Amino acid sequence: MINQRKNFVKPDWLIITIYILLAGFGIGNILSSSISGEEISLFQFDNLYSKQLVFFMVSLLFAFLVMTIEVKFYERFASIFYLISIVILLGLFVFGKRVNGALSWYDLGGFNLQPSEFVKITVALAISKYISDFQTNLKKTIDQFWLFLIILIPVVIIILQNDTGSSIVFFCLFIVFYREGISQKYLLSILAISILAVFTLKFSALHSFLFSLIPTILFFFTKRKMNNKILKGFAISSLCLLTCFFVDYGYKNILRTHQQNYIKVWLNLEKDPAKIKKMERTVLYNLNESKKAISSGGVVGKGYMKGTRTMGNFVPAQHSDYIFSTIGEEWGFVGSTFIIILYCILIYRIVYLSEQQKNKFSRVYGYSTASILFIHFCVNIGMVLGLTPTIGIPLPFLSYGGSSLIAFTILLFIFIRFDANKINEW
Amino acid sequence: MRRNLFFILIIFVSITFIARLFYLQIYNSKPYSIYEDNAIGKVYTYPKRGYIYDRNNKLLVSNQPSYDIMIIPGLVTKMDTTEFCKLLKIDKTIFKKKFRITSNYSKKIPSVFLAHISKEDYGSLAEKIRKYKGFYIQKRNLREYNTKVGANVLGYVAEVNRRDIKNDSFYSSGDIIGKQGVELSYEKYLRGEKGIKFIQKDRFNREIGSFNSGKNDITAIAGSDITITIDSELQEYGEKLMNNKKGAIVAIEPKSGEILSLVSGPSYDPNLLVGRDRSKNYFSLFKDTIFTPLIDKSLLSNFPAGSPFKIINGLIGLEEGVINENSTIFCDGSYIYGKNKKSMKCHCSGGYKNIYNAISESCNSFFAETYVKIINKNSNINENFDDWSVNVKSFGLGDFLNNDLPIGKKGVIPDSEFYNNWYPDFRWGALTTLSNSIGQGEILVTPIQLANMIAVVANKGYYYTPHVIKNIEGDSISNRFSEKKVTKINKKFFDKIEIGLFDVFINGTAKQLKVRGIDICGKSGTAENFTKINGKKTQLTDHSIFVAYAPKDDPKIAIAVVVENGYYGSTWAGRITSLMIEKYLKGDIKYKIRENSVLNKSLYDEYIKPFSNKPFTINKL
Repeated sequence: MINQRKNFVKPDWLIITIYILLAGFGIGNILSSSISGEEISLFQFDNLYSKQLVFFMVSLLFAFLVMTIEVKFYERFASIFYLISIVILLGLFVFGKRVNGALSWYDLGGFNLQPSEFVKITVALAISKYISDFQTNLKKTIDQFWLFLIILIPVVIIILQNDTGSSIVFFCLFIVFYREGISQKYLLSILAISILAVFTLKFSALHSFLFSLIPTILFFFTKRKMNNKILKGFAISSLCLLTCFFVDYGYKNILRTHQQNYIKVWLNLEKDPAKIKKMERTVLYNLNESKKAISSGGVVGKGYMKGTRTMGNFVPAQHSDYIFSTIGEEWGFVGSTFIIILYCILIYRIVYLSEQQKNKFSRVYGYSTASILFIHFCVNIGMVLGLTPTIGIPLPFLSYGGSSLIAFTILLFIFIRFDANKINEW
Repeated sequence: MRRNLFFILIIFVSITFIARLFYLQIYNSKPYSIYEDNAIGKVYTYPKRGYIYDRNNKLLVSNQPSYDIMIIPGLVTKMDTTEFCKLLKIDKTIFKKKFRITSNYSKKIPSVFLAHISKEDYGSLAEKIRKYKGFYIQKRNLREYNTKVGANVLGYVAEVNRRDIKNDSFYSSGDIIGKQGVELSYEKYLRGEKGIKFIQKDRFNREIGSFNSGKNDITAIAGSDITITIDSELQEYGEKLMNNKKGAIVAIEPKSGEILSLVSGPSYDPNLLVGRDRSKNYFSLFKDTIFTPLIDKSLLSNFPAGSPFKIINGLIGLEEGVINENSTIFCDGSYIYGKNKKSMKCHCSGGYKNIYNAISESCNSFFAETYVKIINKNSNINENFDDWSVNVKSFGLGDFLNNDLPIGKKGVIPDSEFYNNWYPDFRWGALTTLSNSIGQGEILVTPIQLANMIAVVANKGYYYTPHVIKNIEGDSISNRFSEKKVTKINKKFFDKIEIGLFDVFINGTAKQLKVRGIDICGKSGTAENFTKINGKKTQLTDHSIFVAYAPKDDPKIAIAVVVENGYYGSTWAGRITSLMIEKYLKGDIKYKIRENSVLNKSLYDEYIKPFSNKPFTINKL
C-alpha cells in the first residue's frame, strides 16, 4: 500500500504537461472555430466549446481512475476488454446511429458514443497481452496469424460499418510487431504494396507491373546464393501483377465515388478542367479552404479569434478533423510548428519510455499507444496540409469530439500508469 | 534498426510537415491584407460632404439623402424581373442593359444599378428589395443647393467614372467626386474620409456579423466645410443683370484678391445638375449653342482687351519716361502713321489731349503715339518690345493666374519672338503692331484677367492672385494667395492715371453712369471682334467692355464687365458696372431706370446674326 502511494506520484510529468497543453489548446481553438464572429456566451451547454470543456473534465476523471488501477488488472483483463469491445462494436449493427453515412455511433441521449475510438485501447491491450505471453513466438506463422486476427476482426467490422478512415488506424500496429521481432518481410511487403498501389493509380496496372519487374529482376540477379531463383522471382512477379490488378479493380469497383475523388485529388489524376471545377466545389473544397486558411496565417498568424476564415466557418468540420487549419490561420507558422514539435516530443517520449519498460506487456502497450497517436498525427495533419489523401480521423487531444478525447486520454494514461509502476518491476 | 525505426519515422514526418508549413505559410504566402480577404466584407460608410458657405456665411451648398439601388451581379439569382422592373419603374430592356454592364465590370464588386431613387420610392422599396438576392439599397449624400446662383463657381459633383477610380484608389464605384468649380478644386477637403465596416462572411458569402467586434472598423470623418469669397447677393444680382446677355462679370476685392462675384452670362440654376434629371438638364444646357451657358465666359473666353488696355500703355509710357503729365498731342479724329499714310480712327472729342483727358475720353491717337514712343525709345526694337511685354504681363495678363478655379485660359500678350515668327523677315515694328496700343490686335484677355488688371490699378501697383477660397474648416488656405505680386510701375504714375480714370465718370465716356455718393474710377472699352462664317472672316458688333474700381480713395471692389456684342463700352458693360458697384457698396439700387434698362435688354438678336445665313449689319444701337 505504502509502495503504491509512493509510485503513484511518479508519473511522467512531461507527457502530462504536453497532454494538458494540447487539450487546452484544442478547447481554445474549438471555441474560435465553432463560434462565428459574434459574442461568446461561455458555459452555454449547447455550444461545442462548452461541450468539449465538459469532455475534458470527464477525461481528467477517467485519467485519475486509470491511474488508481493496478497494472496487473489491465494485463489480466485485456482479453475480456477486447471481447467486450468487439461485442459493443457489433452492437452497432443493431442499435447504431448513422452519421454522415458511417454506422459508428451510439446515441446515449445528448451524447454520441463512437465505440471504434475505444476499440483502439482494447486492441492495444490485447496485442500487448498476446505478444507478451511467454508462449507466443512471433517467428511462428500460427502466432502471427492470431496476432493479425486480433487486428483484423475490428477492422473488418469497422469497414462494414462504412467508417474506412478509422479502420486504417489499426495498420500502424505493424510498427509494434516489427519492434517485437516479426520478420521485416511484412513491413517491406506493406511498403512495396503501397508503392505499387500508388503507381497503379497514378499510371496504370500494366505500367506499374512492368515497373515492379525492374527491382525484382535486379534483386534476384544480384543475389547469387539462392535456390529456386527463377521460381521465387516468378512468384513475386505474379504477386506484383495480382496486387496491381487488384488495386485497379478495387479502385474502380469497390471504392465509392467520393473516395475515388479523394484519390484523384491527392494524386492529381483529374485532367478534365470542367470536372476539376466541379470538384473544387465538392471534394477539393475542404482541402483548398484549409490550405487557404493556413496560407493566410503567415509567420505569426492573425491572432487568436481573429482568423477571418475560421470566424467565417470557411473550412467545414474545422472544429473536428480540420482543427489544425484554425491553428495555421490564427497562430501562423510559429504556432503550427510548435504544435508539431509538441506531438513529436510526446510520441518520442512515449517510445523512449517504452524502451525502458522492464515489463514486456508495458513496452508493447507503450509502443502501441505511440503508433496509434503517430498514425493520427500523420494522417490528420497530412490531410489538412494536402499531403495525404482525405481520411477523416481526428487529431488526438485537439479535435472536437468526446469519444476521441476520452479514448485518447484513457489510452495515454494507461501507459502513464504502466510507466509510473516501472520501479515496482524490479 | 528495430529500435530506431520509430524515432526515424517521427523525425522524418515532423520535418516534412514543418517544411510543408514553411512552403504554405512563408514561401508561398502573400502578406495578409484584410482588404483582399474575401472572407471579410467591406461596407463603406459615407461621410458628410463639406458644406459651402459664402463670404457672409450664408449656406450655399449642403447635402440631402439619396438612395441608390446597388447590385452585386454574382449574387443575383433567378427572379421575377417583370415585378422588379415595375417596382423600380424601369423598362425591362434597361434592366437587361444595366445588368449586362454591371456584370461585365465585376461579378463580385457592388455597382450602382439605379441611382437617385426618390424618397417616396425608397419607402416602398426598402421592404421588398430583400426578396431580390444581389440587390440592396445604399444611402448616400447628394448635394443640395440653397441658392440658385453661382453654378459656375460652385461646380458640381457627379458619380466617379472608371478613370477616376483608376487614378485614385480612394474612390470606388458609386462614390461622388467634384467635377467642376470649387467642388473640384477643394475635393480633397470636402470629401472627408470614408469609413469602412468590416463584416465577417461565411463560405456562402452570407454576412454573419461584424469582424473582430468592429475593432478594425474605420469611422468616417466628415468633410471640411469651406467658405468661399463669393458674395452670393452680388453674384445673384450680377447673374440677373447678365440675363439674356453673353459675357462675364468679375468683381474682386483688390486688397485681398478675393473674388466677390464671378458671373458668366447667361447662367443657370445649379439645382438643374442634381438628381435624376441631371443628364436631361445637362443635355439641354449643352444644346444651347447660342448662349452656351455651360461655358464659363469669365474664365474661358478670350476677348480683345480694348480700351482698358490704354491704362497699361499709359502707365508704361510714364514709367519709361517716354511721356509725362505735360505731354500733349493734337487729335483731329484719326492717327495717321506710316509711309502709306494709314489712319487709325479716334472717337474722342478732338483737340489737345494729355494723359488725363486721353484716358477719360479714350483717345486712340494719344495712346498710339505713346505706344510708338515706348517701342521706338531706342533702335533695339526687339528688346523694347520685350520690356513692354514683361511690363504688361506683370499685371497678370497673358498667363494663367494660378488661381483656385480648375479651368482658365492664358490669353495672349505677344513678345518679340511672337512677331518674329509671324514676320520671318523681321520687318515689324511699332507701327505694324499699332493695334496693341488700344488693346486690339493680338492682345487677348479673359474677364478675370481684366478684373485683376484693374485691381492692380486700384491697389496702385500690386495684386494678390484672385481666388475664391476664404476659409477651410480645420485647415489654412494656400499661402500663394497671400503672396503680394508687384508690378514694375512706380506708385506715383498710378496716381496720375487715377485722375484720368476718375474723370471718365465726370467728363468722360461714363459721365451718365455716376453713382451719387461713390467715387468711381473706370475705363470703358469697345472692342472690335471677328468671327468666321463659312470660312470668311466677318466682323461682329463690338464687345462692350468696362473696368472700374470704387471707392477711389479706398477701393473695396474692382470689377470688369464684358458684354459680348454689346457695342459701346458704356452702354451695357458700363451700366452693369455702375449697378454692381452701387449694389455692393450701397446695398440697394437707386437708379431704377438704369437697372430696368439692363434687366429688360436681350441681345439674342445680336447673337443669332452669325447663324442666320443672311447678311447683317453691325454696331447699330
